[in-house]
Amino acid sequence: MRDVDRRTRVSRRIFLRGSATAVPAAAAAAAGMTVTAESAWAQAAKNLKPQTMATLVKAARDTYPHDRLADSYYITAVAVYDSADPTLRALMESGVAMLDAEAKKRFGTPYLDVLSETDRVSVLRAVEGSPFFKKLRGDLVVTLYNQKPVWVKFGYEGASADKGGYINRGFNDLDWLPEV
Amino acid sequence: MAQFDLNDDSVVCIVGSGAGGGTLGNELAQKGVKVVILEAGGRYEIPDFINDEWASFAQLAWKDMRTTSGKWRVARDFPNLPAWIVKAVGGSSIHWAGASLRFQDHEFKARSTYGAVQGANLLDWPVTLQEMEPWYAKAEDKLGVTGTNGIPRLPGNNNFKVLAAGARKLGYKEVHTGNMAINSQPRDQRGSCQQIGFCFQGCKSGAKWSTLYAEIPKGEATGNLEVRPNAMAIKIEHDARGKVTGVLYVDASGATQRQKARAVAVAGNSIESPRLLLNSASPMFPNGLANSSGQVGRNYMRHTTGSVYAVFDKPVHMYRGTTMAGIVRDESRLDTKRGFVGGYELETLSIGLPFMAAFLDPGAWGRGFTSALDDYSNMAGMWIVGEDMPQATNRVTLDAKAKDKNGIPVASVHFDDHANDTRMRDHAYRQGAAIYEAVGAVRTFPTTPYPSTHNMGTNRMSANAKDGVVNKFGQTHDIKNLFVSDGSQFTTGAACNPTLTIVALAIRQADAMTGMMSRGEI
Repeated sequence: MRDVDRRTRVSRRIFLRGSATAVPAAAAAAAGMTVTAESAWAQAAKNLKPQTMATLVKAARDTYPHDRLADSYYITAVAVYDSADPTLRALMESGVAMLDAEAKKRFGTPYLDVLSETDRVSVLRAVEGSPFFKKLRGDLVVTLYNQKPVWVKFGYEGASADKGGYINRGFNDLDWLPEV
Repeated sequence: MAQFDLNDDSVVCIVGSGAGGGTLGNELAQKGVKVVILEAGGRYEIPDFINDEWASFAQLAWKDMRTTSGKWRVARDFPNLPAWIVKAVGGSSIHWAGASLRFQDHEFKARSTYGAVQGANLLDWPVTLQEMEPWYAKAEDKLGVTGTNGIPRLPGNNNFKVLAAGARKLGYKEVHTGNMAINSQPRDQRGSCQQIGFCFQGCKSGAKWSTLYAEIPKGEATGNLEVRPNAMAIKIEHDARGKVTGVLYVDASGATQRQKARAVAVAGNSIESPRLLLNSASPMFPNGLANSSGQVGRNYMRHTTGSVYAVFDKPVHMYRGTTMAGIVRDESRLDTKRGFVGGYELETLSIGLPFMAAFLDPGAWGRGFTSALDDYSNMAGMWIVGEDMPQATNRVTLDAKAKDKNGIPVASVHFDDHANDTRMRDHAYRQGAAIYEAVGAVRTFPTTPYPSTHNMGTNRMSANAKDGVVNKFGQTHDIKNLFVSDGSQFTTGAACNPTLTIVALAIRQADAMTGMMSRGEI
């Protein structure tokens, strides 16, 4: 069977072009970025506090954790919240404040510093009925899973008409079952 | 191409250009009848279609406001998206997967076959299979259905291979790649299937039948058919004698226009069609047009659907090739010993990663959910299509508050599963999982129904005017020059994807209408 090459490809050109404000996902992944408020991408936020950006990224991964996905995809997914819209900004800042308050109550530290994923998830479960979490979760379904580089990681090939469909590219190449 | 005057009252005005309206329009045009089709959506051609689920949804889906109520999960997960259907020239014939099945004989006689089912508003169709057979034959020829007319079936893709191997192990007998309105060889000036996938997003090769390119252009070539896109019908008007006289619609510029007509056929799918009849209420018809029975909007059916996905320890890549690539028909038999009346089909289905994330378990999060998506490339999938019970309380009404951009009340869709529906779905979930487990599935996912794609029953056919909205030709009982031409005519839904029957009824209706016209009845 023809499988899908899931390796991240980082071209030299992307590295050269990359800047702190617009980190190409592939470059970020390759650079092994970690999620802290000191990260360049968090510091580059125009409307949200760096700590808020970093917490959203962490919460996004805890909501839809895929160990095969680098943080860069979660960074891309929540970038939309660094918005000039005051209502959206207020929802995100107050939502992260709520996460931090819940985390402090349970574990004595802000959300970002809770070490165990299980513990952080317990914080999210506590707030899952809130408008903040409903929006974050609902948006992530699209902002995370509709990134084309993410598709490759799951072995999904996306558009095929431009490649002539699958008629000569493995639509019936499954070979591990008896023919019926 | 024809352009008819707004005041030309010799035209037949059809609302909607999908499987029902588009077919009726072409058939009438071929017979020399002048037709204006009003289509709410825009006109996109094959090169415009997009192999990308969300982008295509944004392009083609009916996203105008609707509301929901009832215990169905769609009302909670997608409160303003009860149905996943199309707003564009070609309607949902752009989006359909192509499965083309004839009703079985007993499925036209649900009330007398199943008896009185408590809580169900069952009724026999006023037509029989025998009466419909010649029209089904014409429809199969028109659609180029594989497995009919000497047309070979399509080759099975990977998703089918898994379904078929599992079904055979379980002892199922009628397992094949379906009766599909997708060319397995060039036919009707359209090429053969390139196994692109993305059947729901509009067929980029044109191998799948759609009124957009297989009917409407032929009708237009006669000079008798005009299709007006971006024309949202808002009211059907009538005269003092109670005959309809034309349709008010809002055009692309936002201006209200009046197309006069000798007859009107409503084919806006089972949510918009009753909405239009209800919004056309007048002092003479205070409960809406053609609604003396009170049945307009009632008996809304959506098939007992659901999906079963399964993860294997080896790759499947189910998204490669036709979306609905095969079928198991054994459970559609007449057999009430299973704990429910009616039957169901199991048909392969695949959705891409973006829609899998949205529809596998709406609202779910955490590792239980993401570990399923992690195995996306090792997934196979099937869809359940079962006969659901018509219920008077499952109903399209006008929302008391919400209005569209034209100030017209929107449709509100109420739905509760009947106990028979639930028993059938549970049975199908078990059988579907067993099929996959028979060939080594490591995990199976009974998956909740998506927003409805098969919408039926809200202007149903009946022999008696008190039981339904239209007669056996889709002519309303109350108003002789007002017709219904879509799946809302269905008296019951059978265990069949509805399009072939919609097309067969439309061909038959065109024949009946021209007869009525030549006899001066309408």
